[in-house]
Amino acid sequence: MKHVIIGNSAGAIGCIEAIRHENTEDEIVVIASEPHHTYGRPLISYYLEGRTDRQRMKYRADDFYEKNCVQTMLGETVTKILPEEKKVALQSGDLVSYDKLLVATGSSPVIFPAEGLELVKDITTFTTLDDAEYLLERVNADARVFIVGAGLIGLKCAEGLRALTEHITVCDLAPRVLSSILPEQPARIMREHLEAHGLKFCLGTGVQRFSVAERGYVALLQSGEPIAFDLLVYAAGVRPNTGLIKDAGGEVNRGILVDEYGRTNLPDIYAAGDCTEAVDVCTGARKIMALLPNAYFQGEAAGRHMAGLAAEHTPLIPENAIGFFGKHILSAGIYPEALTPQEENTEEYYKCFYFDEAEGKLRGYILIEGFARAGIYTALVRDGTKLRPAQWERLRREPGLLAFDIMTRAKILRKKVGAK
Amino acid sequence: MKRIFAREEWCLACHLCEYHCANANLPHKEGGNFNAEMARNLKGRAIRPRIRVEEDDRVHFALSCRHCDEPACKKSCISGAISMINGVVCIDRDKCVGCYTCILACPYGTIVPSDDGHAAQKCELCMQNSCGEPACVAHCPNRAIVYEEVLDE
Repeated sequence: MKHVIIGNSAGAIGCIEAIRHENTEDEIVVIASEPHHTYGRPLISYYLEGRTDRQRMKYRADDFYEKNCVQTMLGETVTKILPEEKKVALQSGDLVSYDKLLVATGSSPVIFPAEGLELVKDITTFTTLDDAEYLLERVNADARVFIVGAGLIGLKCAEGLRALTEHITVCDLAPRVLSSILPEQPARIMREHLEAHGLKFCLGTGVQRFSVAERGYVALLQSGEPIAFDLLVYAAGVRPNTGLIKDAGGEVNRGILVDEYGRTNLPDIYAAGDCTEAVDVCTGARKIMALLPNAYFQGEAAGRHMAGLAAEHTPLIPENAIGFFGKHILSAGIYPEALTPQEENTEEYYKCFYFDEAEGKLRGYILIEGFARAGIYTALVRDGTKLRPAQWERLRREPGLLAFDIMTRAKILRKKVGAK
Repeated sequence: MKRIFAREEWCLACHLCEYHCANANLPHKEGGNFNAEMARNLKGRAIRPRIRVEEDDRVHFALSCRHCDEPACKKSCISGAISMINGVVCIDRDKCVGCYTCILACPYGTIVPSDDGHAAQKCELCMQNSCGEPACVAHCPNRAIVYEEVLDE
C-alpha cells in the first residue's frame, strides 16, 4: 500500500503518525511546495518576536521522516490529481502513483483588489515561514507597518512585529478586533489591551486607495483618514486551497467537502485541515474550522482510515487558544444567539458561557485570562455532556471533576484513560 | 507501565502533595535535603503545582496528568513541544511558546502555565526533575496517591 500526502503541516503529520501507530509496512510519500522541514505554522509570529527560532519551531524532530520511514519530496508542487490513473502530476513533470491520497494543502491568503495596490512594492502576507523571514529582513525600528486585517493572523503578526517597531496600524472592515472569534464585549477588552501595547486601530473601515508618497506609501481609508506606511501586511483572510480536488472533479464548497474520516467523494482520496469543510459537531453542519488541532485530528482520522485501521475520529469543534502581550483568550464551541450568555467581567478576567438550559448542555465559552482547567469545558462542549443545572452551576464557578459522580471520577482517577 | 492513581476515600485534603510537587520541580543541589529546602523555597509563595487537590465538604482527591494513551494535548500542541517519552507525556519547555492550546485541550484540566507565563507545565512523573520518583506519592501521608502498574482491563 502506498500513501501519498500533499502538504507537510499538522494534517500531514497527524496522518503519518496515525498510519505508523500500528502500521510499519505501508509506503508513505510526502510532497509539499514549501522546502522546509515541518514547522509549527502558527509559530511564525513568535519567530518574529524572537520567542522561538527555526530549530525550535520544527513541528517534529529532525529525524521524524527517517524514523517514520517517510519519503519526502519537499519543494515540489503537485499540479494535478489524475484520479483515474491514481497518480499525481508534479510541476517537474514527474508522476507519482498512489493507492491512497491525502490532500492537506492548507489555505492561501486572499488579497482583495484595491485601487493603487499594484503600486505598493513592499507588501507581504503572513502565513508562512518565508513571510516571517521577509518581515524580519525589512522591519526595523523606523519602519511604519500597515496591517490590513485585525483577525487572528493580522494581530499575531502585529504582536510579533511590535518587538521590532512601534509604528503599527491595523485596519479592518469589521467594527471590532478578532471578529471571527469574539463578540463585542470581549473584543473591546482585547482591543484596549492591544492599544495599551502600542497598536493603533482603524476599525469599521477599509482601504479606498493606495498611493506612493515621498517616503513609502499612503493608504487612504474609506473613513477619509490617510495612513502613511513603509510596509504593508495583507491579513484580510485566507481561502482554502481546493483547486486540486476541484479540477479532479471532487465536491468543493468553500472548502473540500469531507466526512468524519476525511473522505472526499473521490475514491481513495482524503482531505484534512484548512483546505476542508468538515462537520462541526456543535451544529451538525459542515464548516471551515481552520485551526491547527483540528487539522491534526482530521489528518489522524484520515490516516487511520487510509491504512485500514480501526475507524476512529475526534469530533471537531471550533476551538481556539491565542494570546497577545500576555493576555490569553481560550474559546470553544458556538455562541447561539438564542441563548443568554452567562457573563462575568472582573479586573482579572472575562468569562462568558453559552449554556443551553433546555438541553442541559454547554454549547460554547470564551475566557480571557481566568482560563484554569478550561479543557474541562472544551470536553463538555465536544462530548455534548448532559448536565443538571446544579452540576453546571458548580462547573461554571470552578471547572473540576468534583461536579461529576463518583463512578465517573473513579474511572478517571483509578484507571488508565485515553482521550479520543 | 506505572502511573499515578488517586484514592479519594483516603485523601485528607492536606495539600502536601501540591507543595512536594512544586518543591520537586525546583532546581535542587545534588545531595541536598529536599524537605529542608521546601520551607525555604516555598513558604509564603504562590505555587503552581502539577497536581492539585479538589475538595468540597465531603470529597477530596488529588489529580494530576493521566498520561493518556491518546493525549489530546499532544495532538493539539501547535509547536510540537509535547511528546510521549516511554509512555510519559512530556512538554519540551524550549519549544513551548506558551499559547496554552494544551490547557484548552486537556479534558481533565491538569496542565498549568509555568511561573514565568511563557510555557505550560504538567506532571511528568518526576522523571525529568531531580526527584526521580513521583514526589506527591512519596510524601502522601495517607497513601491516597499511589504509583502502580497499570492493569489492563
